[in-house]
Amino acid sequence: MSVIDDSSAGASGFAAISVAEPRDYLALVKPRVMQLVVVTALAGILLAPHPVNFVIGLSALICIAVGAGASGALNMWYDADIDALMRRTSKRPIPTGRVTRTETLTFGLVLSSFAVVTLFLVSNALAAGLLAFTIFFYVVIYTMWLKRSTPQNIVIGGAAGALPPIVGYAAVTGHIDIAPLVLFGLIFAWTPPHFWALALARTGDYGNAGVPMMPNVKGADHTRLEILVYSVILAAIGLLPYAFGFASIVYGIVSLALGIEFIRRAVLVFRVREGEAANKTAMRLFWFSIIYLYVLFAELLIERVLFVIGAMR
Amino acid sequence: MMRYEIDPKGVTLTPEQARSRRLRNIAIGLVIGALVVLFYAVTIVKFGPGVTKPPI
Repeated sequence: MSVIDDSSAGASGFAAISVAEPRDYLALVKPRVMQLVVVTALAGILLAPHPVNFVIGLSALICIAVGAGASGALNMWYDADIDALMRRTSKRPIPTGRVTRTETLTFGLVLSSFAVVTLFLVSNALAAGLLAFTIFFYVVIYTMWLKRSTPQNIVIGGAAGALPPIVGYAAVTGHIDIAPLVLFGLIFAWTPPHFWALALARTGDYGNAGVPMMPNVKGADHTRLEILVYSVILAAIGLLPYAFGFASIVYGIVSLALGIEFIRRAVLVFRVREGEAANKTAMRLFWFSIIYLYVLFAELLIERVLFVIGAMR
Repeated sequence: MMRYEIDPKGVTLTPEQARSRRLRNIAIGLVIGALVVLFYAVTIVKFGPGVTKPPI
């Protein structure tokens, strides 16, 4: 019986045997981000002006979710070096050694190919092309280029996270319309205050990894001002579904109330600048921003489901 | 540093490696099964009722 160790394993062609479990691969696809993608893509699907076949709609939704998961895995593959340096990400599968970078890359590429091809077979070329572009934009444009090179990284890169409603709508209608574009704008305007609020409370973490987030580059005070400006823009865009007629007055009232609260919290972030209170205020805005988006999209989904049920009678 | 003892008959997995491999295989099997159901349903929907009427 012969004995080899890790130093000779590569030379002998003997690869390390994986101890990764399904939950490690599940962690690679960033399930919380996938949740948000499912909700926003579903809103896009249900915005279709005609009833959607349940099987086709569900299949398209699964493809979009898997595509988002693939983007997350490829992001973790590329960012493995900085993930290891940040407290928030140091427990991810690659930094902890549960999954190798090569396994993650393979996993991400297989998932993204499967998602795009299946979406093409299930729906149409436009939706598949948009999904492919979304994955490309998030992985290549945001992860590989913008994230490490400019404080505007999440502003421009946020476009990837805003595309699912358009992909969902295109999957069931074959074209793009104003309604999914409004939802794109909503998520696009939401992304900067959401991530900058987190960055304000995690400046050290991002600084350790050398990621040029806005607070690390332009300073916390400038970031607070930008958060406030984007919050006002977001509140205004949040009213557009009602203004354009594809959401009810109930949505309009909810959006107005939540938008005012969002601005109020952004003003607090702008004014409270010192000590632990500043971090807490920023994190409260971060958590509220998640509630804001989920409630608005849940309201839209409920209305559209009721609309579909009414149309079927 | 991990040291592997190579049995001439093949590689012997540790209990942890065997367990994780079994869990991965189960997950892969479930996903493939779900894909079969998905493709079956989508194919029926895509063909529609016309598939039961062969051309003369």
